[in-house]
Amino acid sequence: MCLMKSLKLSPPLALAALFIFGCQGKPAPQHIVRLATTTSVQDTGLLDILTDAFQKDGKYTLQAIAVGSGQAMQLGKTGEADILWVHSPDDEAQFVAEGYGTDRTTFLYNDFVILGPAADPAKVKGTRKAADAFNKIAAAGALFVSRADNSGTHKKELKIWDAAKVKPGKEFYIEAGQGMAGTLSIAKEKSAYILADRSTYLSMKKNIGLEIVSEGDAALINRYSLILVSPARFPKVNAAGAKAFFDFVLSKPAKEMIEKYGVAKYGRQLFFFDYAVK
Amino acid sequence: MSFIIQGFQKALHLIFSGNAEIFGIARLSLTVSLLATAAAVLAGVPLGSWIAVKRFPLKKLLIALVNTGMGLPPVVAGLVVMLFLARSGPLGFLNWLYTPTGMIIAQFIIAMPIITALSISAMQGVDPRFYQQVLTLGASDWQAIKVCLKEIRLTVLAAVIAGFGRLVAEVGAVMIVGGNIRHQTRMLTTATVMETNMGNFDMAIALGLILLTLSFAVNLALTLIQQKKVLPR
Repeated sequence: MCLMKSLKLSPPLALAALFIFGCQGKPAPQHIVRLATTTSVQDTGLLDILTDAFQKDGKYTLQAIAVGSGQAMQLGKTGEADILWVHSPDDEAQFVAEGYGTDRTTFLYNDFVILGPAADPAKVKGTRKAADAFNKIAAAGALFVSRADNSGTHKKELKIWDAAKVKPGKEFYIEAGQGMAGTLSIAKEKSAYILADRSTYLSMKKNIGLEIVSEGDAALINRYSLILVSPARFPKVNAAGAKAFFDFVLSKPAKEMIEKYGVAKYGRQLFFFDYAVK
Repeated sequence: MSFIIQGFQKALHLIFSGNAEIFGIARLSLTVSLLATAAAVLAGVPLGSWIAVKRFPLKKLLIALVNTGMGLPPVVAGLVVMLFLARSGPLGFLNWLYTPTGMIIAQFIIAMPIITALSISAMQGVDPRFYQQVLTLGASDWQAIKVCLKEIRLTVLAAVIAGFGRLVAEVGAVMIVGGNIRHQTRMLTTATVMETNMGNFDMAIALGLILLTLSFAVNLALTLIQQKKVLPR
């Protein structure tokens, strides 16, 4: 084409075209398993090792989309994902009750921690109950940064505010609308209190000057579940592939990988597997 | 400050250690953006030229719309493409969501108005009498446009550079349409966002530096092509 010739672009572009379409090798859809999961699973690096192990036999390709739990559920509600790995128990129960998914299996947990500046202006340190800690933060008029993004962490935070029966004043409550790490950075810059999942906190500990001010309350447990998206409701869902990933995660080899994960890098186990593997 | 220095060191290390994953990510970034730019040039330059030389009703409105398209937020383009390519969307049967093809389509939509708008203004800079003269010599519309394009190829190449620059640095659309899937749709920009989210600021800076280096290489090549066409003075 004369136009292309005059631009002298054609050979490199043709090469580029060859490159991408040559190596893209789009697998047939039934080989693709689409997992919608949360950023905390990706950001700790756990997702990568599980993906590699699952794909090892070459039978399936996992498309893992790491988004907030809210968006992950939305991907399930439109039949966009085949399987969910989320941590928002109340929403999960509703999701299954409304017929979007089946076989909800809670298999994994870790915990949330309440972080604050080292100076601890609200004197929260040593408070065992999460709701009491939130109460002190609100009473002292200390800054609090919220994820405010409909994630599992955000939902947990709202639940604790409910239990505390207070709401911080608008001027003390910063709604970040970002992921965990972005929100942690804001809390660091503002010397504010924040609810964070322990794994993200551990991975960012070296960069943020915040300390754990309250931990260990049962209300701070963070439970992860797998849910199969209903093939009856969404015929395009890859039910066989989703089940294969489901069975893989709930298997002994995966359990061992998960339990060992994080010890070398962060000095402690990040996720605790509590499903009775057959 | 230490992150920036560590980032530089990490970038050098990643480049010279031949990290296969980083090379894969960089190659995907380049090919997606280059192909999207190429498609936008193939469609946008003729369209822009045609809009420039033709008279038709509401022409000014159309040009204003194209100019507005230059400011199209990538996330909006990404969201619309995502909804169309979704399983539940009208083009779901193609299975292009979360694939490089889907990302190319989204980036094409972002680059198309830029290349079209810049082609319109470049073509309108050509003396209308010159165009008319070519027509009177018996050329068809398209032949005359081709002749004019030769005259303005420097400006058209500038449009290509602008389009590519926008695409290779773009993150919103490819994040939504591609999903940042490891080994499949992870690009330099989406990987940078992810590493930032993970608190690996040195890695994020390293990826950013690699992106800038690649972008510089492509722009240098395009600029050399462009400057070769500059008449000696």
